[in-house]
This record gives sequence, structure tokens and C-alpha cells, in this order.
Amino acid sequence: MTFETPHISVQNLNLYYGANHALKNINIDIPNKKVTSFIGPSGCGKTTLLKTFNRLHDSSLEVRVEGKVLLDGENIYDKNAEVTSIRKKMGLLSQRPFPLPMSIYDNIAYGPRIHGERDRHKLDEIVERHLKDVALWPEVKDRLKSPASRLSIGQQQRLCLARGLAVNPEIILGDEPTSALDPKSTQKIEELFIELKEKYTIVLVTHILRQARRVSDYVAFINNGEIIEFAPTEELLLNPKQKLTQEYVKGFVS
Amino acid sequence: MNIRLIKDKLAGSTMLILTLASVFLAILVGWGLYYKSLPLLEENSVWDLLSSSVWKPSKGEFGFFAFIMGTLWVTGIAIVIALPLCLLCAIFISEYAHPRLRKIVVPVVDLLSGIPPVVFGVWGVLFVVPLIEDYIAPVFVDYPMGYSVLAGGIVLGVMIFPLIISLLLEVFSAVPKEMRDASLSMGATQWQTVKFVLLRKSKPGIIVSVVLAVSRAFGETIAVLMVCGSVIMVPGSVFDPGYPLPALIANNYGEMLSAPEYESALLFAAFLLFVIIFLFNAISRIVLGRIKRKIE
Repeated sequence: MTFETPHISVQNLNLYYGANHALKNINIDIPNKKVTSFIGPSGCGKTTLLKTFNRLHDSSLEVRVEGKVLLDGENIYDKNAEVTSIRKKMGLLSQRPFPLPMSIYDNIAYGPRIHGERDRHKLDEIVERHLKDVALWPEVKDRLKSPASRLSIGQQQRLCLARGLAVNPEIILGDEPTSALDPKSTQKIEELFIELKEKYTIVLVTHILRQARRVSDYVAFINNGEIIEFAPTEELLLNPKQKLTQEYVKGFVS
Repeated sequence: MNIRLIKDKLAGSTMLILTLASVFLAILVGWGLYYKSLPLLEENSVWDLLSSSVWKPSKGEFGFFAFIMGTLWVTGIAIVIALPLCLLCAIFISEYAHPRLRKIVVPVVDLLSGIPPVVFGVWGVLFVVPLIEDYIAPVFVDYPMGYSVLAGGIVLGVMIFPLIISLLLEVFSAVPKEMRDASLSMGATQWQTVKFVLLRKSKPGIIVSVVLAVSRAFGETIAVLMVCGSVIMVPGSVFDPGYPLPALIANNYGEMLSAPEYESALLFAAFLLFVIIFLFNAISRIVLGRIKRKIE
């Protein structure tokens, strides 16, 4: 499946953990301002693929990447590519929330500050706006100075989302972002994703097929390091063409 | 009763007894030293002993101030030298170094801790003392002397290197990778991540490492004794000689003839060391609790 102006375009991507060939010749276009989900069995490489988008594998030196990942047409694995500006374009939500060891306010202000924002009024404004974006503002506006670790885990995950949004990314990467959350918090995050796709391209790794159906426009099924099938959500989940996909979503359809 | 339940009970109570025994041992050591220094304490007020720096055993005058200051100077210098270097070193090993390099460097650093203290002492005499006497001290003072608290501090600093580094590596490895990733994924550089996330999160652990290193440094005897001059005076600068408490005990215990008061004085020195380390640990625990509550 191809798109006229893909936001991320992966071309002939191979990734090795030492001798283990974890991603095999991946080709996929991620559409602009849509939600794309990666589904597949545990250990199939869906999280690995997600992390190649912001080069978080750079810090694990046993990892070797071949091929191209084009972000707005530019290869982020180019020798001259500047990794911090690539990462700034993408907010990351991990499986469990990891608030930074500082106050609620400082968590949100962290991103703008490391990129040089010093103006207190601007920071105040950024913090308020992004906490409102994730519907956390009413809950925390009176305790912005208290440690972020005191929030509930669902609140922490929304805080992490707001923290990512504060550097004005174009893309949100979610690595099973609701797997540690209770149903109510999960629902809130899902609603946020649907709201946020107006402004952002969202890529989601999930093992919950219902979630993929609820929030995503496109779904890619990954198995054993390969993309088996990539299609609009309803088509892939209800009417898969590949045999492997059929077997994986079988329980879901019946 | 079931045999495995008996075993469980037995294991639990054995471990409890052993734990209590080790606590009891610490108390016993403290009490023993105190008991032995009683003769001295009966003759002199504690304040006089601690504030006077007159040391004339033959006349029965025992002032410990110079020795206490000697200990504090040497230990202080050692920490001031060792901590920044160890921090940078540990940050490099844990955050920047290639895994292959890490596998080589860490065992070599550990090897450093296996070198006997007396070898460090010889190194101090042959290298550090002349270095200070000929090159460093002449820049600052008129009558340069190599045997000084600075020499003791440098030797001691190098000796506690491996301890601090391995403690710091442990502390850094306890910071979840995902927390670093969170910072990096916002476009922070590695150095920003180290400064604002890693060091911040590790602050309590860094303090514990320093406390352990200081406790260890307080008691280090032979290497320091060989290079710090053993002159009974309150050091006024880093280039003055000093006479730390452990050196006092090591130099004189066994040669104090049959003067009971002298023996009592030396054991009071040991008791002082014990109390200093105890207080230091207690205070740092309180500070640690505060910091932990603040950053969590």
C-alpha cells in the first residue's frame, strides 16, 4: 500500500541484534495525520520497528541497522543526520509511564528547556496548554510543584504524553502505551489519540486488536520480523488476505 | 509438623541470630573501646581532650585536636579529588563507553582495589611526595615539603577510586533505561540526559557512595601514615604535614610501655574514629531521607 505523501517511509530496512535478524526487509509507508497500528505476536519485532523511527537503538551498540527510514523524504540513518532534531519531531509513549525525577511542571518544561526556552511566561503557557491537551490540567493545576511520581499511573501516562507534545513533535510513537493502565485510563488515552490525529501522525504498537480497531485507520500485521499485511483497519481485521493474518485475527473475527 | 516447615523456621531463626550477632558485635566494639578509654576520661574532661592539641604522653597531657583535624583534612582532600574524577569516569563507563571497552575497563578498575595499601604508600613516597615538594608546593609556599596532608589526600583519593566507581556504576545501572529514553526521545543530548535525569535520579545513591567511601577513608592507615609526615600539628593548609588518628594508633600502640593512661589515650583515639564514622553515617542517612522525598 502506498500513499502520496507518506510521513515516514521505510525502505528495505533490516535490523540485527548481534546475529539475530530481527527485522527482515521492511518496506512500509506511514500515512500523514492518521493512526497506524502495528499488531503481531510477542517478540515479532513491532516495538523494534517503532524504535527505529527515532533511532532509540543508537544507545544499544549491539544493534546494526541497514536500509532507509525517510522522514519527510530525508533519511534519518544518513551519516549526516542529526539525531536530536529527528527525535524532537517524535513524541514517545512507552509501555509504562516513566515520569522524569522532578515535579509535574518540570516534566512538561523539560523538553522546551533542553531546547533553550528560558522565558518563564512562555514555559508557564506551554505547561498549561499541554496539560490541557491531555485533560490533566484540572487534576493537577494546584500541585504543579509536587513530584510527578505521586500521580496515579494513568495520570502519569497522560503526563508523559503531554511531556512529549511539549517539544512540538509531528509524530507520536506509542509502544503499547496502555498495557499498564486500568480500563478507564486506557479509554482516556485512546480518546486522546483520536483527538490528536487531527494534528499528529500517530504510530501505535498494540497487542489489543480491539484497541487497534477503535483508534487506528491502518493496521500492519507483523510476524517474525516481517510485515505480512498492511491495510485499512476494517479490511485487515475483518477480511485479511494472508493466511498468517487470518490465523492471528481469527479469535477476533469470530 | 511437616519437615519442610521446620526447615523454614530453622532457616529464619538462624539468620535472625546471625544478624543480631553482627549488630551486637558492633555495639560490643564501641563499648569495649569506651571502656578502655575510661581511665583517660576520668582524668580529663572530654572537651579538653578534643580541643587541646598538646600531646605529651610523658607528662600525661593528651590533646586530640591535631589528630582529628589531620584525619578530616586528609579525608576531605581525598573526597574532593576522587569524587569528581570518579563521577566522570563512572558516567563515561556507564553511558558512553562501547560495551567491549566497558568489559575491559571495569575489571581493571576493580584490580586497583586489590593492590595492598602499603604499595600505594610506597607509590606515594616515591612519586606523590617528590611531585608536591618539587613542583606543586613551591608555587604556593616558601618552604615546600612533600610529606603533607595533600600527599595523604592524593594517595587516599586514588585508593578509594575503585570503590567509588563500582558503587556509582551500581547506582547508575539502577536508573531505568526507559527514563533515559524518555529524555533522549525529546531530543535531549546524551550530556543533557546525564545532567538532568541520570545525576538527578542518582543523587541519593551518589550520597550513599560518598558516605561509604568516606567511612572507608577515615580508617585507612598505613598508606596515609607513610606520606603525611606524622607531625603533631593542626594543618593550616594542604601543604602542611598532618597526623591522622589511625596513624597515631598504628605508630604508638605496642610501644607505649606500661603507661596505662597512654594505652587508654590510644584506645580513646580509636573510640573517636568509631564515633566520627557513626555520626557521619547517621547524619548522612537523615540527609538522604530528605533528598529522596524531594526528588521522587
